[in-house]
Amino acid sequence: MISFEQVAKRYPNGREALAGVNLRVAPGEMVFLTGRSGAGKSTVLKLIALLERPTRGQVIVNGDNTGQLPARRIPAFRRRVGVVFQDHRLLTDRPVFDNVALPLIVTDSSLKEIDRRVRAALDQVGLLGKERLLPLELSVGEQQRVGIARAIVGRPPVLIADEPTGNLDPQLATEMMNLFRRLNEVGVTIVVATHDLHLVRESGLREIQLDSGQVSDLAGPLPHIEAQR
Amino acid sequence: MSGRISSWSARHMQALLSSAGHLVRSPLATILTLLVMALALAMPLGLLTLVQNTRSATGDFSGAIGMSVFLKSGVAEAKAQQLTGSLRARGDVSAAELITAEQALAEFRKDSGFGAALDALEENPLPHVIAVTPVSSATPAGIESLRRYLVSWPEVETVQLDSEWVTRFNAILAVLRRVLLVAATLLGIGVIAIVGNTIRLEILNRRAEIEVTKLVGGTNAFVRRPFLYTGMWYGLMAGLTAWLIVAGALWGLSGPAASLASAYGSHFVLSPPTAAELGLLLLVGISLGWIGSWIATAVHLQRIEP
Repeated sequence: MISFEQVAKRYPNGREALAGVNLRVAPGEMVFLTGRSGAGKSTVLKLIALLERPTRGQVIVNGDNTGQLPARRIPAFRRRVGVVFQDHRLLTDRPVFDNVALPLIVTDSSLKEIDRRVRAALDQVGLLGKERLLPLELSVGEQQRVGIARAIVGRPPVLIADEPTGNLDPQLATEMMNLFRRLNEVGVTIVVATHDLHLVRESGLREIQLDSGQVSDLAGPLPHIEAQR
Repeated sequence: MSGRISSWSARHMQALLSSAGHLVRSPLATILTLLVMALALAMPLGLLTLVQNTRSATGDFSGAIGMSVFLKSGVAEAKAQQLTGSLRARGDVSAAELITAEQALAEFRKDSGFGAALDALEENPLPHVIAVTPVSSATPAGIESLRRYLVSWPEVETVQLDSEWVTRFNAILAVLRRVLLVAATLLGIGVIAIVGNTIRLEILNRRAEIEVTKLVGGTNAFVRRPFLYTGMWYGLMAGLTAWLIVAGALWGLSGPAASLASAYGSHFVLSPPTAAELGLLLLVGISLGWIGSWIATAVHLQRIEP
């Protein structure tokens, strides 16, 4: 579903964020991406979402080689990857409904379809009934869940999340993880970047640890992964 | 399939309305931009209205070209009558009327108020004049050859075409129309620049929204749509405002224009831009708004990537 082969990423400012990363995530798998700040977690997620292209190596997501995808096919590619940000990146001047509906609006879905699927997504994250509120009228945990609803409303086969529990207290963080586990159970491939090692260990799921731009350690079951050097 | 089309049109309608909503939410900035655009559109429209009104005030002279044939002062009235008769017989002349020196003097005495001064003259200084009207189908070249023929008569002092001042006047109007065209072009470019800059600022203001939209798979065309509609709204409203400005200016001018016209014994009334001209103005406004926003989005939207 996701595969990195000898992937290097150097940013225009000269910083080398990744240096030869190999990793694979199987369809329907849920993995954690861990490592210190600056280890390259965010870069891996950006490469999966095609927010960046690799400098060297191959990134394959949903069967598309992101390094070679023409610009006109990028929108269609991104519709198949849901992204959850730590700062959730909601549009604060629009109600919850409009925020969640955005991925459907850009695909010219019918209004009836949008209404049905937005409610379904909000129901999944436990926010049904808050459609008309503005994001700033919600708690931080609720805002994060609106971000998740937006990421899953288009039913992408791949979901990536960057520090989704970073701003949440332990109880909310556990609830958030349970939400991801439920999504994973219905077949969504999920990659979660996190600092929270406790949550990772508790989950028993595979962990891909990054250090200085390389995969440094493996924990949990290792079905499809190769160590670097 | 029809569901897809109707959702497509619903999408456009939504972009149309939401772009209007954005304009209403920042009224002061919108009004200032509109005012500048409207003034730029009102200037050529005002000039056009001025030219049109001047034309209709002075009538359409193109066909009505007559000539005055001044005879030499020694020519007898009987000879003048004979010449007039032979002119009437010509195929390219529809009417020829003799104004004798006595008639002309009497008329002049009556109209000019110089009666006493004229009485002091020992003899009539005025010549006989034949007023000739060519047939209405006469071409300018035909009229010119008639004039040359008449000048060659030994009894004729000079031939004056009534059309000379009309020709000059039409030439002035032609220059004015050219000025109008140049001004309209320059101001049109100005309108495009104003819209383009306004849309550029709007794009920068809505950067976060654009990034998120692209992130969830919005195409460039989708992101661009509301900005194009914003440009068209600006154009439409600027066109309407320009029309109001010109209508207001005409209303302000109507009093003085009426007294000017009555001083010339005319019942001329200033006429506002026609419905066709208003339609054209709105069309031009919308097109300029669209072009300006198209350029701004082409330049700036590409640079915003999540």
